[in-house]
Amino acid sequence: MKHTISLLVENKSDALQRIAGLFSGRGFNIDTISVGRAEDPSHVRMTIVTHGEDRIIEQITKQLHKLIDVVKVVDLTDMSFVNRELALIKVSAAEDVRAEILQIVEVFRGKIIDISPKTLTVEATGSEDKVDAIISMLRPYGLKEVARTGRVALKREFQGET
Amino acid sequence: MLSVAKAKTFEADQTGNQPLPELSGAEIFVQSLVQQGVETVFGYPGGVVLSVYDTLFKTKNINHFLVRHEQGGTHAADGYARATGKPGVVLATSGPGATNTVTGIATAFMDSIPLVIFTGQVPLNLIGNDAFQEADILGITRPITKHSYLVRDVSELADTISKAFHIAVSGRPGPVLVDIPKDVLLAKAPYNSKRRVKLAGYKPMTKGSYRQIMKAVEMIGESRRPVIYAGGGVMHSNAAAELREFAQKLGAPVTTTLLGLGAYPESDDLSLGMLGMHGTWYANMAVSESDLLIAIGARFDDRVTGRIADFAKNAQKIHIDIDPASISKNVEIDLPIVGDVKHVLSDLIPHVNACDSKSWLAEIKKWKADHPLRYETNGPILKPQQVIQAVSEVTKGQAIVASDVGQHQMWTAQYYQFSEPRSHLSSGGLGTMGYGFPAAMGAAVGRPDRTAVAIVGDGGFQMTAMELATAVHYKIPVKIVILNNGYLGMVRQWQELFFEKRYSHSDLDASNPDFVKMAECYGAIGYRAHNSAELDEALKKMMAEQELPVLVDAIVDREENVYPMVPAGAAIYEMIEEDAK
Repeated sequence: MKHTISLLVENKSDALQRIAGLFSGRGFNIDTISVGRAEDPSHVRMTIVTHGEDRIIEQITKQLHKLIDVVKVVDLTDMSFVNRELALIKVSAAEDVRAEILQIVEVFRGKIIDISPKTLTVEATGSEDKVDAIISMLRPYGLKEVARTGRVALKREFQGET
Repeated sequence: MLSVAKAKTFEADQTGNQPLPELSGAEIFVQSLVQQGVETVFGYPGGVVLSVYDTLFKTKNINHFLVRHEQGGTHAADGYARATGKPGVVLATSGPGATNTVTGIATAFMDSIPLVIFTGQVPLNLIGNDAFQEADILGITRPITKHSYLVRDVSELADTISKAFHIAVSGRPGPVLVDIPKDVLLAKAPYNSKRRVKLAGYKPMTKGSYRQIMKAVEMIGESRRPVIYAGGGVMHSNAAAELREFAQKLGAPVTTTLLGLGAYPESDDLSLGMLGMHGTWYANMAVSESDLLIAIGARFDDRVTGRIADFAKNAQKIHIDIDPASISKNVEIDLPIVGDVKHVLSDLIPHVNACDSKSWLAEIKKWKADHPLRYETNGPILKPQQVIQAVSEVTKGQAIVASDVGQHQMWTAQYYQFSEPRSHLSSGGLGTMGYGFPAAMGAAVGRPDRTAVAIVGDGGFQMTAMELATAVHYKIPVKIVILNNGYLGMVRQWQELFFEKRYSHSDLDASNPDFVKMAECYGAIGYRAHNSAELDEALKKMMAEQELPVLVDAIVDREENVYPMVPAGAAIYEMIEEDAK
């Protein structure tokens, strides 16, 4: 099962390597990892999407917690949380299909952020499902390049009734 | 001069107003070690750490031992740490000096030994340039250290050293590496001896949850067939006395891991000796037949559990450990108690009562009588087990005994009667050949009041034998007993049992040196023993020597095997007890 783990980590030059090394050294999977400065610039927040049996996930969170630079580990999976992924999609767009592409982008509430005579670059934001969907809709036109951020996530402040 | 600087520092501390003294990185380094209470450093100089060595030259507060190879230095620091409970300190230069420490660091990491390893690094502006003697030692050691630091600014050096020691010794201990570039050692900064270690992401739990402890009391009360399985954590937390009290109050038998040997006196009726692949028959059966397994500072290593699915499958399992990640890692635990063993046992003991274990203990007693550790004699030829027994007797079970890895290690674990904690030093996790002799040397330095014996094989000894020069130079009276069978014995045993006696590259006999002459050429003392009379004589002389290292080359039965043995993939109750007839 897929798990979304949010980490608050000290902003040290090799913190990312420690975390990535822990995953590779212990044979854990990383589906996506995203890293950026947190609210306090001395920390970074990482969102890691991983998968495995419950026992493995438990090991992952415990081993992450053991790293000295890791301040906080939260497995968001069983909580209410918001998540987004951003994708930039460069797609072939000759004159005759340009209108179709624009329509697709509109349906997915994407944005065109760059245009050239033969291509469009689309910005799409949303859940991975939505990003997957728009990519598969655009694929038939000829994908030139795709860059995805991987999931970023935060716990919902209002967790609802439990 | 350092002493002047030190005096100034203290003055500044007292008045609070005087300007702090400016010290070089190298001086701050040495001051910081002194402040940490470090008395002993094992090291080897080289280009980028010359400033540190120059500072060491001028100080009397630190005993630096010049080893012959940084691996030996790291094992020596490890042996020092295991024997004393204090962190071991290593100093090496950049590049090859640093990479030579790697096996020693990995050894310490696997067995949770507190070490602080200081490596020099090329100057900051050359890092990443493939400079002379440059190696990314942080990158190389990241998976085998508890934590590591590259010091980029001399003003951070003192705090970083404090953090390194704090991390190494607290929680589940482990090695911490501090990499210091040459220019940081030369730069100057004001030195304030007042330190506060602040680590937002590091707060090891020491006290166990009261609720979990009370649940444990309940489970223990219901058990009729309890077994205590004690590991190295008992040693790290200095909880041997608490373990004794706990086991005796419960009336529960105690088996220890390789790293737990000495945590419980083997002369006691409740002792089952070691469990696992080469554990005693009765320890493995007791664990398999138990209804409650209380794991204390142990991590369910594969050499202990054998086939996981059948490990103590009828038992409820309580696991006391300071590392939450050790809980349910290999074996599902019914009741975890996360905390320091000493704290948790101290909280448990007042609440527990004796188990109703009389018939269980009677059953175990019968197993012990029917399936003791045993070996057959072979005329006048020395049996390796007999050598260990002789060493155990001549040292009255009171020595610090270090071993390498292989047959001799298992025989040491089986036949040396350990009675005190911090007495058995062995590379349990990593299984490092070449560990024993330098580790015993480090132990002898740290505990001059005790006898330190390295029991090694003829193969492993040759991996770090050059430390004889160190031991002779510093007059470290370490004892070395070689179980010399002219084979890589454990490799040969596996080849015999599982590869139809094809002894591929495991026979050393023709190429071994004359170990007695080898000792003598270093200025140490050497004796050879072929039979028990010669052995007794050699061991007597070995014990009498107070100053120089003594090596006893015991020529033992070449093809003796270690039993009992749990074959790979078998359950621990499926033991081979003797050679096929």
